[in-house]
Amino acid sequence: METALTGIVGLFYAVAIYLMLSKHIIRVLLGIAIFGNAVNLTIFTAGRVLREVPPIIAEGKTVLDAVTANPLPQALILTAIVISFSFFAFLLVLAYRAYQELGTDDTDEMRIAEPKGEGLPPLGY
Amino acid sequence: MAAETSVPVDTSAAFVQGATSLIDWAVIAPVALPILGGALLLMVRHRTRLHGALAFGVLAAALAACLVLLWRVMGEGTQVMTMGRWLPPYGITFQADMLGAAFATAATFVTTAAAVFALRDIDATGRRYGFYPFLLLMIAGVNGAFLTGDIFNLYVWFEVFVISSFGLLILGSERRQIDGAVKYAVLNLIATTVFLITTGYLYGVFGTLNMADIARKAEGLRASGPLMTIATLYLLAFGMKAAAFPLNFWLPASYHTPRIVTSAMFGGLLTKVGVYALLRTFTTLFPVERAVLADAIAVVAVLTMLLGVLGALAQTDIRRTIGFVVISGIGTMLAGLAIGSPLALTGTVLYAIHSILIMTALYLVAGLMREAGGSFSLHELGGLYRSHPLLAAMMLALMLSAAGLPPLSGLWPKVVLVKAAIAGEAWWLTGAILVSSVLTTVVLGRVFALSFWRPEQVSASRPDTRRIDPVAGYGTVLALLVPALWIGLWPEPFLRIAETAAAGLADPASYIGSVFSAQGGS
Repeated sequence: METALTGIVGLFYAVAIYLMLSKHIIRVLLGIAIFGNAVNLTIFTAGRVLREVPPIIAEGKTVLDAVTANPLPQALILTAIVISFSFFAFLLVLAYRAYQELGTDDTDEMRIAEPKGEGLPPLGY
Repeated sequence: MAAETSVPVDTSAAFVQGATSLIDWAVIAPVALPILGGALLLMVRHRTRLHGALAFGVLAAALAACLVLLWRVMGEGTQVMTMGRWLPPYGITFQADMLGAAFATAATFVTTAAAVFALRDIDATGRRYGFYPFLLLMIAGVNGAFLTGDIFNLYVWFEVFVISSFGLLILGSERRQIDGAVKYAVLNLIATTVFLITTGYLYGVFGTLNMADIARKAEGLRASGPLMTIATLYLLAFGMKAAAFPLNFWLPASYHTPRIVTSAMFGGLLTKVGVYALLRTFTTLFPVERAVLADAIAVVAVLTMLLGVLGALAQTDIRRTIGFVVISGIGTMLAGLAIGSPLALTGTVLYAIHSILIMTALYLVAGLMREAGGSFSLHELGGLYRSHPLLAAMMLALMLSAAGLPPLSGLWPKVVLVKAAIAGEAWWLTGAILVSSVLTTVVLGRVFALSFWRPEQVSASRPDTRRIDPVAGYGTVLALLVPALWIGLWPEPFLRIAETAAAGLADPASYIGSVFSAQGGS
């Protein structure tokens, strides 16, 4: 099971990195969305895939009886999902505003903050 | 529940027994107070007149908590607090050692000063859009990163301050800001995601996220686990956050675009969190891997130092000049990490504290020069020496300090680093530190000569110069200069703090012991 998941994770990373190498913001954003999901699957796989037995200690016992699912990776992934979701929502709005204000989604043409051919500072006075 | 069926359970093996004494809350207060303050400000978001005073009050309380914490750490050593009473490694640990406490104190101090500066710099619209809540949440994230003892929790605090910094960065919604924010947001998101990936791998190998527990288990796993891979990925992620070459291009693209007080906070704090995370992972968790990667870190350090300052030479906008000087300083701190001896780490810690103070102050002075001279451009500034002698004195002091000359704080960290580099026989690191210092003198000396000594430029139209506020303007910069001058004239207390912090880094056993000894955890 881990082997199959590892393959999927690798595929996700490949697609995400390919998309993020694009000049166009919208593709970069799609890449980031896939990147976030790839991370979540990585953590899930790293926590070992076990049977879907809830980790609940039976009444009257002090330890678990059998091997159960690992709850910690799921807590980590939930945290990561919330964070990457809010990040992604912000980036979508930012990209839309950038398209409105700058009139382009090509990062090569986004040179307002760092204009081309700025020239040298004064060399003397 | 029937009492007779329940098994008597001894919880002392898994739970903290007894209540937390009042003074122990100082460990969490530098994080909790700003978060509560941010929530409070959201509730009164329409009453913008209250924001400044409330934020200042909250930050002053957080600063007091930081000082209490620092005093306790100096007296009794590392302070540990565990969330939800679960003993480590189960609960999330907050662990204030000398390094974290000193950085948190410096960060909270400059944020308090910036909150006062913002009274003039941020108008009512900016406050209504939430400048002060973002500021408080950002310092909460930064302090959380400095004080946490759990690596996943460190990731969460990274995200807290990164998301708050987005809010600060785009406040005003100018075209430049949106352009800068796109690059800043995407590259920072990738950096924190790489951090998260690595943490996932680390969890898969170690089965724990508590940093002291990781450090304890690293020795046994070194033969079988891919620790080198994990360490290298952390170098990539934190190097990107710290703006180390070749991953620094988001910084000059964005740091000059927001309000100047925001630039000051970013320049002073955010890159230092990356440096802190590098120090923590590469000394406490992976000292052996650091030794293997030392040459790579040294190359990165030299390139960051030199290319940063060469970039600064080519700029006409003084905010962009300072941005490149910030990058160059990151290289100097990485040089200490590359050498790795306790003396070198002392230099890095002291340099980071100096850099938090001085880079913030430099940006703020740039903002005052804009108020006095009407421009950020070296082509248009001029004649400020005649009209604003106090500003000239401040800029001169900051220039000397950033370049590593007395009387302010820049001299001693560089002396310690150069001494450590010579002792470590790292001649080219020694040379790079000295050359970058000379070039920084040239860069900032030119800014000083052109904008202060050069006669006023007749071509420059100055529609929006205004009088500098004596308290919010000069007062805040002077407040930042006081500790910097203290480091410069009487460095012993600060050197002792940095030495203790470096000793704690060089000897992970003390960090591990502070978490596990008292409770005798598994």
